[in-house]
Amino acid sequence: MLLEISNLGKVYGMGRNAVEAIGRIDLSIREHEFVSVVGPSGCGKTTLMKCISGLLESTTGEVRLRGKRISGTPEGMALVFQEYGRSLFPWVTARENILLPLKHQRLDKRVMNERVEEAVDAVGLAEAIDRYPWQLSGGMQQRIAIARALAYKPEILLMDEPFASVDAQTRADLEDLLLLVRRRYSITLLLVTHDIDESIYIGDRVVILSGAPTHVKEECVIDLPGLRDQVKTKELQEFARLRAHVFTQIRHDRASDTKKQAVRSTC
Amino acid sequence: MSVISVITKGHQPTVDVSSRRWSDARWRRNALGTTLEILVPLALLGIWEFVTTQLVHSFYFPPLHKILSTLVDVWFFDHMKADLVPSVARLLVGYGIAVILGVGIGAFLGLSRRAQIAVEPLIEFLRSIPPPAFLPAAMVIIGVDDGMRVFVITFVCLWPILLNTADGIAGVDQGFLDTAKVFGIKGFERFRRVLLPAAAPQIFAGMRTTLAIGLILMVISEMVASINGIGYFVLNSQRTFAIPEMWSGTIVLGVLGYLLNFMFLCVERKALHWHRGLKAGQNV
Repeated sequence: MLLEISNLGKVYGMGRNAVEAIGRIDLSIREHEFVSVVGPSGCGKTTLMKCISGLLESTTGEVRLRGKRISGTPEGMALVFQEYGRSLFPWVTARENILLPLKHQRLDKRVMNERVEEAVDAVGLAEAIDRYPWQLSGGMQQRIAIARALAYKPEILLMDEPFASVDAQTRADLEDLLLLVRRRYSITLLLVTHDIDESIYIGDRVVILSGAPTHVKEECVIDLPGLRDQVKTKELQEFARLRAHVFTQIRHDRASDTKKQAVRSTC
Repeated sequence: MSVISVITKGHQPTVDVSSRRWSDARWRRNALGTTLEILVPLALLGIWEFVTTQLVHSFYFPPLHKILSTLVDVWFFDHMKADLVPSVARLLVGYGIAVILGVGIGAFLGLSRRAQIAVEPLIEFLRSIPPPAFLPAAMVIIGVDDGMRVFVITFVCLWPILLNTADGIAGVDQGFLDTAKVFGIKGFERFRRVLLPAAAPQIFAGMRTTLAIGLILMVISEMVASINGIGYFVLNSQRTFAIPEMWSGTIVLGVLGYLLNFMFLCVERKALHWHRGLKAGQNV
């Protein structure tokens, strides 16, 4: 196993004000696997991502990368954030944005530049490399953010709602881009999304989360042909079946959640 | 007549660099603006000259041409060397020290919430004291040399820079901080490449306020127990009834302030060009 998450829990606050965001999460990811995590809105997906990447300290449990327990933000992880505007540094060009994280990896200058060139080539933005992020469209900015993560050569790539801030057309393009770089970079991916179609389309496995306090509700293996296509794949019967299944699971959870709240408010 | 409009007009921030060429209409608007900016001051000078030669014959308001010829005689180059250069040197040294200390201490306070809480009352108190009130104390403690004047300028310039830096660093977007953390950007590199640029717009705002205050303190400090400097020259001219000289010194001060601000804005424009581009993009 490349990444093992066991018994991970997160409680915000203390005493009476304590809010249990994540109940308990156990999850393992194999090398080169694409795992998407999907759940109802407000189920603590971002919290989960922050706990895995070490940006937040989890209250219980542990995360192991290649068997080694993680504390803080480990070197072998890169995270692509939802809000590229708060993640790409606007004061430097796209090139510098990709280069900056490489500087502490003690690489040869030539190797660093090669990595940058290769990454922007992989995301198809070689011509925009010397522009500033604010000179690029949202989709292009997120491509640069992906290029930055690729050039970093992490053992595992984490993505937190990476395509939630771009329009539907760009979103489809970026999903395909991700599947394309998968082969080129042989990456392992953990992607969090609220979009059921996206989770199935991207993933080898979809992990369905419950509402807060979050736990893993179900894991489904996605048995779709390897070469995916926005039109053909989504037309498949199997795709429709999976979508319906995941949708029911999530909605069921939301329904029971509202029922719980209703009970609480009558008390 | 504002320096700011001169500065920003030439370079409308554009989202797309390739479309930086001005449209005809905008060019015409710019040309009109520039013409007005030159013509109006010239007209005012003309009125001044007319009033002082034709209408008012006062010892205290000598004709403009007399002031200007005195200005050329006096300031090119005898007093430029004797008074202007020492003044500017004091200002720049005092200002420079204030920038280094202000950004340094401010960054430290911005990074440590506890340190900020601890020293905030003290800073608020010190910066509330009207700056010229420090002159007598500084004269007693340091003496009446250049060190005293530099000290007073530094002391006054320090606070706005320090507070703005602390505020800017403390307010850096969590998204940038998270990014730096995830990608292992830490230590001095984090400070130089992430915190400082993120806080730069605010730091520059503090530095600009400060430049004007520094100029004021430069003049005031030269008006007490001094042997040279523009402030000294203006006061001394007045005391010896050299009225055209007095006015020429005042004009030199105005020009100096204008030029300093102009140069500052040039530097700021270069350093913060990304910020204007970003803002322009958000407003679209």
